[in-house]
Amino acid sequence: MTEILKAFTFLLGFQLLGTAAVMGIGVPIPGPVAGLLFLIGWLGMNAPRPKLLKETAQGLIAHLSLLFVPAAVGIVQHLDRLVLEGKILLTAVVVSTILALIVGALTFVVMVRLTGALPEGEELRS
Amino acid sequence: MNPINEVQDIWAYLQTTPLLWLMLTMMAYLVGFWCFEKVKRSPIVSPVAIAASFLGVIILITDTPYPVYFEGAQFVHFLLGPATVSLAIPLVANFPRVRRAAIPMLAALIASSATAIFAAIFIAQVMGASDEAIRSLIPKSVTTPIAMGISEQIGGLPSLTAGLVVLTGILGAIIVTPLMNHLGFRDWRARGFAVGVTSHGIGTARAFQVHEVAGVFAAVAMALNGLVTAFVVALFSQLL
Repeated sequence: MTEILKAFTFLLGFQLLGTAAVMGIGVPIPGPVAGLLFLIGWLGMNAPRPKLLKETAQGLIAHLSLLFVPAAVGIVQHLDRLVLEGKILLTAVVVSTILALIVGALTFVVMVRLTGALPEGEELRS
Repeated sequence: MNPINEVQDIWAYLQTTPLLWLMLTMMAYLVGFWCFEKVKRSPIVSPVAIAASFLGVIILITDTPYPVYFEGAQFVHFLLGPATVSLAIPLVANFPRVRRAAIPMLAALIASSATAIFAAIFIAQVMGASDEAIRSLIPKSVTTPIAMGISEQIGGLPSLTAGLVVLTGILGAIIVTPLMNHLGFRDWRARGFAVGVTSHGIGTARAFQVHEVAGVFAAVAMALNGLVTAFVVALFSQLL
């Protein structure tokens, strides 16, 4: 348990660092994203880390979708607009998302062929 | 005191405590996750969508203002911060894999992000949406905090954008697996990256549930899309 607490504190520390840096430099990105970049740098340098960092991260990531529930409930604040323009907004979101998914995956696969970075092992769905 | 009044008093008290809404948020998600497991993790069932609709109905019926609900839910919401930071661990573990696909990622980022933005503007305009609705729609594929900032900069309604971001995330997370299977995309990197660009964190959460490689590429896509869109918009608004 102590090891998990250490790992969690470590993550909060990087979030704090990211938040402070973003405020200091005044760039329009969220603190946690800056914290993520700092932690990538730290881990990339093979700097020391808490023993259970990997397990703690896996725990948080496994139920990442839980963490979006409070924000998702926020849609109730826009019910009047959704009634008014709902059909338009929904159509725009659905169609543009489907197109963007297809264009994204297609561009990726085409560029993989062109650059020769073909999928290996685990990268390919069996 | 009669028992009915007493029940009402207890409810009136509980309704204002963070405890009740925190508990209901966890419970709603567990119900959603249980349904997801029941259908053998079929992508059509989204734990987030189930939990959010369940909670939305409860707060509408009980006439609870969203800020009161959020008082309790914020404890769950707060964990998004450390969870975002923790994405560094799988990213670093898969770093050679990510670096090798740098060019396909960059190309897919530009193509997919531009498609998401321009297709949405085009459809909304053709169907006659209001100007502020269109502006609010533009950053819908970007992670919430960045999207709200962009929306404000370009004259949208940040809170409407937040709602559209969530909607886009949930839709993308539901659609991606059947769509990719149908079109025959077998490269986990391409599948993950596409859902990360279009559906930010919710898409990334979904990708990690499906396959770690897909999850890693979704996380990279989400971060890149947030960073690049924020900088492009900042640049444009300075030029204009």
